[in-house]
Amino acid sequence: MKYLNIALVSLVALFAANAHADVTLLNVSYDPTRELYQEVNAAFARHWQATAREKVSIRASHGGSGRQARSVIDGLEADVVTLALAYDIDEIADRARLLPTDWQKRLPNNSSPYTSTIVFLVRKGNPKGVRDWDDLIKPGVSVITPNPKTSGGARWNYLAAWGYALRKYGNDEGRARNFVTALFHNVPVLDSGARGATTTFVERGQGDVLLAWENEAFLALKEFGSGKFEIVVPSVSILAEPPVAIVDRVVDKRGTRKVAQAYLDYLYSDEGQDIAGRNFYRPRSQKAAAKYAKQFPKLNLFTIEEVFGGWTKAQKTHFADGGVFDHIYQPGK
Amino acid sequence: MPILLRRQSVLPGFDLTLGFTLAYLSLIVLVPLVAIVIKTTALTFPQFWATVTAPRVLASFRLSFGASLIAAALNTVFGLLLAWVLTRYRFPGRRFMDALIDLPFALPTAVAGIALTALYSSNGWIGQMLEPFGVKVAYTPLGVLIALVFIGLPFVVRTVQPVLADLESELEESAATLGASRWQTFYKIILPTLLPALLTGFTLAFARAVGEYGSVIFIAGNMPLVSEITPLIIVTKLEQYDYTGATAVASVMLLASFVLIFAINGLQSWNRKRYTGLG
Repeated sequence: MKYLNIALVSLVALFAANAHADVTLLNVSYDPTRELYQEVNAAFARHWQATAREKVSIRASHGGSGRQARSVIDGLEADVVTLALAYDIDEIADRARLLPTDWQKRLPNNSSPYTSTIVFLVRKGNPKGVRDWDDLIKPGVSVITPNPKTSGGARWNYLAAWGYALRKYGNDEGRARNFVTALFHNVPVLDSGARGATTTFVERGQGDVLLAWENEAFLALKEFGSGKFEIVVPSVSILAEPPVAIVDRVVDKRGTRKVAQAYLDYLYSDEGQDIAGRNFYRPRSQKAAAKYAKQFPKLNLFTIEEVFGGWTKAQKTHFADGGVFDHIYQPGK
Repeated sequence: MPILLRRQSVLPGFDLTLGFTLAYLSLIVLVPLVAIVIKTTALTFPQFWATVTAPRVLASFRLSFGASLIAAALNTVFGLLLAWVLTRYRFPGRRFMDALIDLPFALPTAVAGIALTALYSSNGWIGQMLEPFGVKVAYTPLGVLIALVFIGLPFVVRTVQPVLADLESELEESAATLGASRWQTFYKIILPTLLPALLTGFTLAFARAVGEYGSVIFIAGNMPLVSEITPLIIVTKLEQYDYTGATAVASVMLLASFVLIFAINGLQSWNRKRYTGLG
């Protein structure tokens, strides 16, 4: 599968390179960014043509964040990675040493040009009356989320719920754990990725609530019409910071560092920020944030550093084998 | 070359072909398997044991092997029926039906999974008819079984068909003239002839089902301890960069599959001896 992917991507790269562009970039990204990077890539190609007088063609590969990181570790030549969570890029730095471990300090805002959060998507009219996280653990409410073991988005879902419970129960870890356990007992299907979960909820009609990336929820509304679904914004959620990075070893080998750097910088530019906002990611710049302020409801956001002490720690405590998430599914609990 | 290994044949080239067979098998089959075993040895035995006896992993073994055995058994029964109808009767649309049998071979498994899920989920064509009876198929182990039956169907039909075509109906007629009942004819004449082919079909369908990933993950629901298949556990471990854990589970699966297939093959040769008196 993975080799097939690599083979396919290189094949496509070969043809594309011969066909028109002078430079090619491969952006290895996560599941729900298809629409965002489609727009960014076209805009950046125009921008690069105008400023550097060079034709650039950018291909993007999408999939579960962990799987994508693994492809890069196993040899997929990504010039830039734009993944769902810092932990996956950390792994690329640790395991394959393709970029320095302090990569996250190289770009502004923790190397996250846009942010997002976790919201609820419910069916039209909100028949189960879901308003906040508490409603998700009620009996008879069925919640759809992907598996945190395989999906980056699902980890944000899980941590958002945990953070809410900690806040509600005055930082009582035991009660937070009971809360999240109760929530996952209301989950009938665990898809392996965010897009799969959206499909299960939207097209297969499973579940009452979908825990989703804010951008994914907006996209579902746009694609399927607001007549069928509604977004419910909880009182508290997590500030999701999907980071971006240059893969040093690859760009140096392929001689694409300059254009790759410009590509990531472009995400921080006015146009880049505007595209992010248009695709329902929360822009970082004041200007774009003001422009799209109406679109994004205000809610209390906490960061993973504040509540969990960073990704590495959260990963180890909650999602590693034998971690808290595994215990949720042990029999008799 | 020791004489024992060698059986006289009119055609030359035994050494060459045996050498080629060994080299080819090693390259294609043995080397990848050895790689799995070597990777697993990075774990100490207690670590290995803890990995492969974790409740989720055990539950996945039960589901994967259990559902695969049931699916292969169902396919053997209904595959025989299909093969019988397709070889023994002439009716309009027979060729078309015959071509349909191969579809599960040709279809990308993900397509099969998506199609089956769309059909059997509670708002799908079949799923909504079953819903009033409280039967849920998609996102339950039953869904896994249906996906495995789907992908395993061609194996039994295609192995039984040629044997059935060769089976002369004079044999059945003479059995009837000698006073055998219909059941006796089937049980004593037809079944023994078909048994080797049926067993082969069963083994192939079973082997395919155990390893199946693409079509199952869409319909399984992937709930830990309930509807997680072993290949999914392996992929999950890989996605967490747990390469050794993944290969540990894979090696157990490999061993179990090998033992089962070996046992079925043993059964087959025993059966052959019983009916033909030849080794």
